[in-house]
Formats: sequence, C-alpha cells, structure tokens
Amino acid sequence: MISLSSITRATLAKDLRLEWRSKDAINSMLFFSLLVVVIFSFVFNPTAEESRRIAGGLIWVAFLFAAVVALNQTWARELRNQVLDAYRISPAPANALFLAKALGNFIFVSVLEALMTPLFIVFYTLRALGPAYQLPIVAVLGTWALVVNGTFFAAMSLRTRAREIMLPLLLFPISIPALTGMVEATSAILTGEYSARFWIALLVAYDVVFTIACLLLFETVLHAE
Amino acid sequence: MKRAFPILAILTAGLLSYGLYEALVAAPTDQLQGNVYRIIYYHVPSAWTAFLMFLINFVASVTYLIRRNVKADAIAVVTAEVGVVYCTIVLVTGPLWARPVWGIWWTWDMRLTSTLVLWLIYVSYLFLRKFSSGSQTPVLAAALAIFGALDVPLVYFSIWFFRTQHPQPVIGGGGSIDPRMLHVMLLNWAAFLCFAGLVCWSRYRLEILQREVEETQALEALLDRRPQ
Repeated sequence: MISLSSITRATLAKDLRLEWRSKDAINSMLFFSLLVVVIFSFVFNPTAEESRRIAGGLIWVAFLFAAVVALNQTWARELRNQVLDAYRISPAPANALFLAKALGNFIFVSVLEALMTPLFIVFYTLRALGPAYQLPIVAVLGTWALVVNGTFFAAMSLRTRAREIMLPLLLFPISIPALTGMVEATSAILTGEYSARFWIALLVAYDVVFTIACLLLFETVLHAE
Repeated sequence: MKRAFPILAILTAGLLSYGLYEALVAAPTDQLQGNVYRIIYYHVPSAWTAFLMFLINFVASVTYLIRRNVKADAIAVVTAEVGVVYCTIVLVTGPLWARPVWGIWWTWDMRLTSTLVLWLIYVSYLFLRKFSSGSQTPVLAAALAIFGALDVPLVYFSIWFFRTQHPQPVIGGGGSIDPRMLHVMLLNWAAFLCFAGLVCWSRYRLEILQREVEETQALEALLDRRPQ
C-alpha cells in the first residue's frame, strides 16, 4: 500500500512539472490580474488616502478572479486520456489526490500574489500604517480559503455542462465570509485604524471548517456516478 | 393519501384568507409605524418558512449521502425550490418595509446579509442541479447543501462585528410584541406553512413521476436498440 503522502507528492510534482513546462495557468492568471489592476485604477483613479481604504478589496477581488483561471484547469487536464477514471478505479486514497491538487493551486496562486503585490504597491502607492507582519499571515490563510473550496468545487463543476461557468457560480457565494475576512483584515492592516485579529480568527475558522469538509466529502464526490 | 391533498388545499385556502383578513383588518395598528408594519405578517412568516425549508433540505441531503435514498433527494430538490421562493419573498418585502421605517432600502446587517447569502447559495444549488445531468446530480447537490449549511454561521459571525440594525427577533430575542399581533403572525405562519406543504407535496409527486418517466424512457431506448 502506497502511503498518502507519497501519492500526494507524486501528483503535486507532476502538476508542478507540467505547469513549469507550459506555464499556461500562471501566465493567463498574471495577465488577467494585471488587466484587473489597470482597469480598476482607470475606473477609480484613487488618491493615496482612498486607495489605502479600497486596495484590500481590489487586491482580493483580482486574486479571486484570477484564481478561477487556475482552478478551472485543475481537473480538466485529468479528463484527457481518462486519467481521472483511472484514478477512480485505483486503490489510491482520494484525499491524496485532493490534497495534491489543492496544494498545487495554492502554490500557483501564491506565486501570482508574490508577483502581483509589488505592482499593486506601485500603482496604488500603498504603505501599511498598521502591523505589516500580519499581511503574509492573511495572504496565506486567505489563499488557502479560496483554493481549498475552489479545488473541491472545480471537481464538482467538472461533472456539469458549462463547467467553466459553473465554478464561479458555486464558489463565490460560499466564499463570501472568507472574502469579507481577507478584505477587512487587509484594510485593517493598511489603514491601521482597527485590529485585524477578529478577521484573522475568522479566516482560521473558515479554513479549518472547510478543509475538514472537503476531506470528508471529496471521496464521495469523486466517486459520484 | 389521495383524499388528504384536497383537504389540505381547502384548509390552506381557508387559513390564507382568514390570515389576510386578520393581518389587514383585524390586527391592531402599530403605535409607532402605523399601517406600514402590517407587512410583518408576510415578511416574518415567510422567513421562518424559508429557513425551515432550508433546514429540511440540509437534513434530506445528509440523509441522502448516508442512505442513498431517492426519496430523500426528491425532498431536497423540492424544499430547495420552495425555500428559494419564500426567501425571495423575504428579500423583497424586507426593503419595502425598511424604506419607510428605517429610511433606507437595504443595510449590510447580520440578518439581512446572512439571508441574502443563504439565498445566493441556494440559487447556486438550483443552478448545479440544472446544469448537471445523470445520477451524479444528487451527490453533488447534497455536498453543496452541506457546504452551504457550514457557510451560514460563518457569514453570521463575519457580520456580527458590524452594528446590527435589524430588530431583535420578536420571539426569544427579548423583543416585545402585542399578544394580539403575535397571534395574527402565528396564524399567518400556519397558513404559509400549509401552503408550502401543499406546493412541496405536488412538486414532490411531479419529481417522482418525472424520474419514473426518465427511467422508463431510458429502458425503452435500451430495448429498442437490442434487435438491430
């Protein structure tokens, strides 16, 4: 019996290698969020004071939209050559596959965030007035919140007609509390007017609840026939 | 069982008309709000009914995942649809009432926001059911229902941080209400529940029949193909 972690590692390594060679997801996500940043700054044309207040919202909405690009192609790749069917009949634990996919998406979206954040700072002349060390914590928790449910719902929308449209329809309503948490925490840190503690706690609760839910339900969804 | 349906229909019609009379004519006028408040007799019972429908949907979804019972899935479809209708009534009557009383149509308060998010989740649930085909639909839908149920408390807490404008619940929330008004409200709730039950019942029968037709058609298509 192959262990859970070795399957996760193998699948993750395969996905990363595929992405490294094609760079499909990361390039389209990068260009997409660049467009969002440029369009938003044309639309709002904010001053430094205003942008500090709205930047939290803009950043996360841009990342959310861009993440959908990566999430949509998570499973689509496995449909070719019936890879997913092969996985279904293999005795490998379903959660190993899920964790690999979720971690892969987490890495893609984190890379996107690392590359896009400097651009946001330049375009919106941002400077954190609050405790800036909390920003990476918020980024990690928020990204995981988007990615864990996104990977799960992408597996669900794979089974539907119009699957590319189905993913945001399923993901966005469920992500509302997480998005509120990320945006409020980021705004709190940027403006320094109030504490981000409550929102970070909310994100932790969201991550824990939905990671457990995904792991409990993924096998059922994968084997749904 | 077949005779019970017309009886329930007549009971519902009677309750709805009596409830309408009580709400618009017999109930006392509110001291502060005047006649505007009478929308409470539609707003609050609809909300209770919608939440009850979503609760039944959740229980039916969990039951389906454990037992794989077709009836549980049919109940889940039906309650989600009726729940969305009632939730829509809540979301429409709420702003109509809020505008003259609070002076605003909408505010991002705890109850309003969580009701809206609940509505959004269940609309996406109906979309999922519509866009997915075949026998996997019930499993996917049930999984989404569980995610939705987990999400609502988180929404509630996330808004908890802001000031709340919506009045405390009239029952069990420390608010005070004239016993006469409460009586009318409960009467209307009974009427709405009967109506929801009636709609669910016929929709449930339709759903079961539809599935039988689909099964028969699939079987016939299979048999037709065989001779060639």
